[in-house]
Amino acid sequence: MSWKELEEGAVVVGGTSAKYDTKGWRVTRPVIDEAKCTNCLLCWIYCPEPAIVRHEGAKVTVDYEHCKGCGVCESECPVRAVTMVREP
Amino acid sequence: MTEVQKVRPVAMVGDEAVAEAIRQCDVDVVAAYPITPQTIIVERLAELVANGEFSGEFVPVESEHSAMSACLGASATGARVFTATSSQGLALMHEMLYNVAGMRLPIVMAVANRALSAPLVLNADHGDMMGSRDSGWIQVYAENVEEIYDRTIQLFRLSEDPRVMLPSTINFEGFILSHDVERVRPLSDEAVKGFVGRPKFKRKLDPSDPATFGAIATPENYYEFKMQQMEAMETALTVFKDVEAAFEAISGRRYGAVSAYNTDTADYVAVVNGCTSGTMRAAARLLDKEGGRFGLLAVKLYRPFPALEIISHLKGAKAVVVMDRSVSPGAPSGPLAEDVKSALKGARLDIPVISVVYGIGGRDFSVADGRRVFAMAEHAASIGPEPVMYGVKA
Repeated sequence: MSWKELEEGAVVVGGTSAKYDTKGWRVTRPVIDEAKCTNCLLCWIYCPEPAIVRHEGAKVTVDYEHCKGCGVCESECPVRAVTMVREP
Repeated sequence: MTEVQKVRPVAMVGDEAVAEAIRQCDVDVVAAYPITPQTIIVERLAELVANGEFSGEFVPVESEHSAMSACLGASATGARVFTATSSQGLALMHEMLYNVAGMRLPIVMAVANRALSAPLVLNADHGDMMGSRDSGWIQVYAENVEEIYDRTIQLFRLSEDPRVMLPSTINFEGFILSHDVERVRPLSDEAVKGFVGRPKFKRKLDPSDPATFGAIATPENYYEFKMQQMEAMETALTVFKDVEAAFEAISGRRYGAVSAYNTDTADYVAVVNGCTSGTMRAAARLLDKEGGRFGLLAVKLYRPFPALEIISHLKGAKAVVVMDRSVSPGAPSGPLAEDVKSALKGARLDIPVISVVYGIGGRDFSVADGRRVFAMAEHAASIGPEPVMYGVKA
C-alpha cells in the first residue's frame, strides 16, 4: 500500500482480530462438560482471547475459530467441567 | 502589537516563562517528573494547580518513562498535553519519544538542555536532545527567555496543525537560560488562548469507536509509516512560517527558522543554535568595524532542518564555522556541522566548513571566545583536525 493511503499513526479500527482465524495454533482443545458446568463464568473472565461465548439462558460454549488452546479455562474451572483434548 | 502594550514586561527565568506559557495555552494534561535544571517548570505548574490557576490535570509520575507514557495516553484521547525534562530524564523517555512521534501525537515538551552522565554534571549542553535527534520530534532552540515563552506557545499550534501532527520540543540551555532572569513581554491570556485555539484530532481514543493506535506493522508497511513522518516534517517547514506570521500579528515578534546577521555581506559566517547565537551576534557586532566581514546564522528550527534557507545565507561565504554544543565521540563533525556540510554539498557548494565543539557540560563561552572562533574561520585552511574541541584544557 502507498504511504499516501495508510492511516497516520498506524491506527487500526477495532474488531480486526475477529477476522483472524487462530484455530490452527491449537494443540489441545477445551471440551466443556455441560452437565458439570455451573455457568459461573470464571472461564469467560480468564480467557485471554476471548473465546468463551456467553448465551442468554444457556451455558457457555467455546469459539473454536479463535481459541488458541492455552488451557486457562481448564486450569481455572472450579468444578473441573473443562478438559483439554488433543487435536487430531 | 496592541496585545503587547496591554501587558507590562516582567522579569522571568526561562523555566518560569515556560510555565507561564503553559498556564495560558489551555493545556489539558501535564505529566512530568522534576529534574535539574527543568525543575522550576514542574514546581511552578504544581503551584498553579495548588492555587487553582491551572485547570488542567497534573499527573505527578514516578519517572520520565512514565511521564512520557502518561502523556502518550492522554494525547491519544485528543487532549492538549505538555511535559518537560532534561538530560537523563530525556534519555529515560527515549523509547516513548519514538512511540509518540510514530503515533503522530502532538505533545509539546520543554527540554532544559543538560549534558548526560557520566560524569554527572548539571550544566548545559545539547547532548541530551542530540541523543534523541532522530526520534521524529520537531526541535526548536531558543536564544533568550522571551523566545522560550513565544516558542512554547507557537509549538502547540505547529504540532497540532492537521497537516503536521508531530510532537515538538522547545530546547534551551540549562541554567544559562532556564535560571537566567530576563525581560519578557507576555501576551494577554485572551490573545494566547485565541492563538492556540483547541486541538482538533482526526482520530482519538474513544470507547464508542474502538481503535488500536500504533499497531504492529510488517516489513511490507513500516517503511511507509516512516515516509509519512518524513512528509509531515517537510510540511512542518511551511506551516512553521504560517505559525510565525500569525504569532507576529498578535505579538509583533518574529524570529524565523533561522536568524541571520550580516550574512549578505560577510566573508566568514558562524552557524550556531541556542543561546550562543546571542554571544556570536555580539562578537560579530564588535567586529563590524572591519566592514561586516563576520556574520552569524542562528539555526532556530533544527528539525525539520531548513536546508534551503541555510544554503541561501551561506552561499556567498568564503568559510563557515559550525558550532556544536554536543559531543559525538568518533564522529567526523558535530551534528549541526554534519547537517550544514551535507546541505552545502547537496547544493554543489564547495565552501570550507569547520566543525567546532564548544561549551560542553556548561563550559562558559564568552564574546571573546566568539571572536576567536571567527578568527578560525578566517584561517580555515590551517585549522584541524575536526571537530575542533574549542576551549578544552590542553
